[in-house]
Amino acid sequence: MSPLKKIIVIFLLTFVCLYIDLPKIVPIKFSVGKLKVDKVVNRYDLDFNYWKFSIQKKFDLVLGLDLAGGSHLVFEADLSGISAEKQKTAIDGVRDVIERRVNLFGVSEPNVQTSSFGGKESIVVELPGVKDTKQAIDIIGKTARLEFVEIEGEGETTTFKPTNLTGADLKSAEVAFDRTSGKPSVSLQFTSDGATKFEELTGRNIKKALPILLDEQLISAPIVQEKISGGNAQISGNFSMEEAKNMAIELNAGALPVPVTLVEQRTVGATLGAESVEKSIKAGLVGLMVVLAFMILSYGKLGLIADIALVVFGIITLALYKLIPVTLTLPGIAGFLLSVGMAVDSNILIFERFKEEKLKRPYADALEVSFGRAWDSIRDANIATLVTAFILANPLDWNFLHTSGPVRGFAITLALGIGISLFTGIVVSRNLLRVFVKETKENNKI
Amino acid sequence: MYLVISLLVICLGAFSFLKWGFRVGVDFTGGSVIEYKFRDKILSDELTKVIESSEIKISSIQISEEGNYIVKFPPLNDEEKQKINTALTEKLKDGFEEMRFENVGPSVGPELVRKTVVALLASAGIILLWVAYQFKSVKFGLSAVLAMFHDSLVLLGAVAFLGHFFGAEVDFLFVTAMLTILSFSVHDTIVVYDRIRESQKKTGGEIIDLANSAVTQTMVRSLNNSFTIIFMLVALVLLGGSTVKWFAVALLIGTISGTYSSPFVAVPILVTWDELEKKMKRKQR
Repeated sequence: MSPLKKIIVIFLLTFVCLYIDLPKIVPIKFSVGKLKVDKVVNRYDLDFNYWKFSIQKKFDLVLGLDLAGGSHLVFEADLSGISAEKQKTAIDGVRDVIERRVNLFGVSEPNVQTSSFGGKESIVVELPGVKDTKQAIDIIGKTARLEFVEIEGEGETTTFKPTNLTGADLKSAEVAFDRTSGKPSVSLQFTSDGATKFEELTGRNIKKALPILLDEQLISAPIVQEKISGGNAQISGNFSMEEAKNMAIELNAGALPVPVTLVEQRTVGATLGAESVEKSIKAGLVGLMVVLAFMILSYGKLGLIADIALVVFGIITLALYKLIPVTLTLPGIAGFLLSVGMAVDSNILIFERFKEEKLKRPYADALEVSFGRAWDSIRDANIATLVTAFILANPLDWNFLHTSGPVRGFAITLALGIGISLFTGIVVSRNLLRVFVKETKENNKI
Repeated sequence: MYLVISLLVICLGAFSFLKWGFRVGVDFTGGSVIEYKFRDKILSDELTKVIESSEIKISSIQISEEGNYIVKFPPLNDEEKQKINTALTEKLKDGFEEMRFENVGPSVGPELVRKTVVALLASAGIILLWVAYQFKSVKFGLSAVLAMFHDSLVLLGAVAFLGHFFGAEVDFLFVTAMLTILSFSVHDTIVVYDRIRESQKKTGGEIIDLANSAVTQTMVRSLNNSFTIIFMLVALVLLGGSTVKWFAVALLIGTISGTYSSPFVAVPILVTWDELEKKMKRKQR
């Protein structure tokens, strides 16, 4: 393929990326003399259906908690009562339960993951756009341990005696209405195992109370009328509709196998996030302008070509953020801006080399030689940066490294930036230069 | 000669560190940060009074560039947080908005420190191996890593200094900045080394002469590249808002130190080492 063709391909690619980069709705409003344009252009998401193939992709930027607003919560699990070999199962259980509870919350794209370090197990929960953090924390952290207990002793010296029937034997729970009082209650359905236990338990306690405890709080102490088989039961008490509903949610979502405590919380309001986005964009644009100007001032026409490559770099990078998608955080933006500064490095290396080679050989040859010679440095140097970015991004989720948060966002954008800058700094600007050199040669002939 | 300048800067940093220590953020110590935005102007003394009327001690209070108040507390529990809110609502009604709330338990810090040290050592180790392998010599690898540590020390000293005078904090982002600088420092060093290697193959000769010409040849490139990065970072420091300000400053210091350290720390170490090696060999004969 000739350089010119390559350039055309690259620009086509860039235009596709530019389209992806557009915000969802682009208002176009300007007036030239009498001509007034006031239009809104919609950018359509990819929705491609052909026979059995279907590709759908939303081209929206995914913003992190610090930009979109939301909560980042870390819960530490207390595994003291659990034997070493069962800890893994227990912590996975905690994660599953929390995940289910979070999903009941109805936030978009919540993220629940485990992290273990130095013998401590914790659960990281990310809730974008949640306003009432306190309520979220309450629901997530609730143990929701359901127990049925027997009453031992008589008169005033009664004590609760735990039984083997717990929330683990529960299949489902839902809101129902008490047939006699019409008040909201919660109906329970046990697993087959639970049903057997329940049958035995009720058989043993006819005409006695069988208290039900939720998180060690007495919620109901029904008197057993008869032996109940079949595994269905009802908890009635003086509940409001809301209380019954919440209880059903908690029971359904399952009991946390171990208690958890909140050790870290970061909540960012949506306004602060929006301000940060605005400022970063401004800083980025100003920085970019200065870099563009600097390149032209230092290298003239060559600088202009580097600038074109840099703009292509920006467009492709942004499109990739949307396609992968990369969750953009504030440090992530900083990583991107830093990579803009570094992206021209390969060009600078080549151009400086070119200045030397130009004295030794003809223009076009000098250019090719400079690209070849500079490549070694560019490769070695960028691999070193990529190594660090790799360690910071920790894509394999090694527990001895950072597993979440700002560090990762930064590293991912930095690594992507380096990768793409290698492409734009070398492939794009090299082909641009080849075309450019050819043109000048032909002009010189005339 | 240049090593002396570096030593001076590092000593200044060490002095700052010993005298004032770091201003460590809640990420490491544990504690709470709440950022408030107020509709009407309020003095910090007033705000302190209002908040402390809830019997909760404030550890520090400062105004951000945006005019918001950033108030720090020891770790808060739910109840205490509620108390503060009640106190503020009583006094200011709805004239305030909670922009940000961070609460970090005391157990998080040590974990962070350990993970950071692991990440630091891992990157340094891999870079050392990579450079040593690429240039087929431990000399190159080790002097590059030493230059890298030089930059880390400069940055640590600088943050202790800035912490005392301007309130810069060592937090999660600072750690990220430091790790990035490691790679940036090596990035530059490799470019110089590459030049030495190339001319070694072509013309051969003493490392000291090769090194001198390599430094001269790559100087403009080094400076220009740093300039572009510095432009971006300065824009971020000035316009990027308070959250990333110190992060950008740390990167800025690191970039400058990284640019300086390649020709003036890594190369001199390499040359000195090479000469020492030769002297040893001569003595053995």
